[in-house]
Amino acid sequence: MPKRSAERTTRWLVSGPPTLFMLLFFLAPSLIMVLASFRYPGTFGGLAPMFGAGRPGEDTGLTLENYRFFLSDFIYVEIFIKSFAVALLSTLICLLMAYPLALLIARSPKGRRDLMVLLVILPFASNFLIRVYALMILLGPQQALATSLNGALALFGLGRVNLLFSSFAVVVGMVYVHLPFMVLPLYTNLEKHDPALLDAAQDLGANGWQRFWRVTFPLSLPGIFSGSALVFIPVLGMFAIPDLLGGTRDILIGNLIKDQFLGTRDWPFGSMLSIMLTVVVLGFAAIAARLSRRDGAREEA
Amino acid sequence: MSTRRSALLWATSIAVYAFLYIPLAVVVLYSFNDSRLNAEWVGFTLDWYRTLFHDEEMLQAGANSLMIAFVASAVSTLLGTMAGIAMHRFKLRVLPVLVVTPVAMPEILLGVSLLIFFVQVLNLTLGLFSVLIAHITFCVGFVAIVVRARLAGMDESIFEAARDLGATPWQTFRLVTFPLILPGVIAGALMAFTLSIDDFVITFFTAGVGVHTLPLQIYSMIKIAVTPEVNAVSTLLMTLTLGLIILASRLAPDALRSES
Repeated sequence: MPKRSAERTTRWLVSGPPTLFMLLFFLAPSLIMVLASFRYPGTFGGLAPMFGAGRPGEDTGLTLENYRFFLSDFIYVEIFIKSFAVALLSTLICLLMAYPLALLIARSPKGRRDLMVLLVILPFASNFLIRVYALMILLGPQQALATSLNGALALFGLGRVNLLFSSFAVVVGMVYVHLPFMVLPLYTNLEKHDPALLDAAQDLGANGWQRFWRVTFPLSLPGIFSGSALVFIPVLGMFAIPDLLGGTRDILIGNLIKDQFLGTRDWPFGSMLSIMLTVVVLGFAAIAARLSRRDGAREEA
Repeated sequence: MSTRRSALLWATSIAVYAFLYIPLAVVVLYSFNDSRLNAEWVGFTLDWYRTLFHDEEMLQAGANSLMIAFVASAVSTLLGTMAGIAMHRFKLRVLPVLVVTPVAMPEILLGVSLLIFFVQVLNLTLGLFSVLIAHITFCVGFVAIVVRARLAGMDESIFEAARDLGATPWQTFRLVTFPLILPGVIAGALMAFTLSIDDFVITFFTAGVGVHTLPLQIYSMIKIAVTPEVNAVSTLLMTLTLGLIILASRLAPDALRSES
């Protein structure tokens, strides 16, 4: 059957190169990282040699030491908890800011919607570091925001506060950088709602508040879940925002991982932290996918 | 919608738009400000742009960024287009997972795992080449998604018609499929270019000490101090990416929309 084999050749020719590339540069490195998390650190940083004998006195072979160390010191668990808290808070604030905007766009005349969505995406045109830098300027101690706040605090006899280099600035930064990720899925969801449902609810005597909580909100849950995943997951791994906007104590998972690779150079411990982050991220992604699918199915039913 | 509620929606929405734009507007404004401090408006100047164009390190970083973005977007467009077509045409299990997962993971994970892989397994000296490979790895998925979305919106009967008229698979591809997906491919290429030139996190881990790209240069500058030169380079970069986005939306409005 020449036709059949030609089909198979095409299949290999087309899918082969990208598959090989991704196996080599995505899957293999990921597996190596898993392996590295069970290794000892090398004498001069990095890993103890993977293959062959190490330097004299160097530990080689596999170990659970990294995982044990992580659980033995509460400071690491605490950093994970703090990262969760920051991610959760940022996601909530994004939701509160994005929902009214997405709703307004979805209920605007058709011709205006594309422009309003474009205006949400447009800030993405600037580099992520530039957006963080913009906040550094705006929250700086000599800016109107800080001086007027401290002026007001002085009126009440309170001391000065720093806006920049604080946990507050970290959360503002996370929200600022990720807000569009929340607006877009919400809008995509809200735009599909059938206005007839709201009319029906009104005919049945529901007031505006009831129409929102009983009709619009439950139907928008899939949008809320996918938007939340798109904000929550990247915030968990972020290190540049705490680095630039946070104070010395604002260390999140991302900073901890970065330090293991570029600072103290304990690669096995860093790999272990990365594995933990991966597991957590996959867990959350699975939950979000499940929730939005379940509610999506209910919406279609 | 009652007018009171709609007024409330409008008020919060305008506040959100203001939140998105005011910080960026301040960056642009201060790039023309005749003062070392980003604190108050003193007067108009182009000095910061002049400083920028005499800053050798910055120029070198810009050249590196452009070179990496060109090569990375070319290679990832080729691989991503193949992947997009393969994912649409054939029932594949492995490829979609390999291609889409890096898009969904926090960037730091890809950066760190590639760092270990390059240094420990390949024994590679970190530099332009390692950054290039890393950029291709995360861009392939985005191109593949855009190309597949473009194919998914198409009528299968066109390809059947080509086959019925006696076209070989290669002829079908060259004369029918490729012209049809071309807008998606171009949009994917522009997206890859933008992602590459903007990338900070993955580059940060795979660049080593020798090579600087524009985002790395900006990072090390703002880590030390805030200077209006950064405002100038930011304004230029914003203009560049804005131009690319407008170009992409002109060439393939549907491909971009289905991606979001």
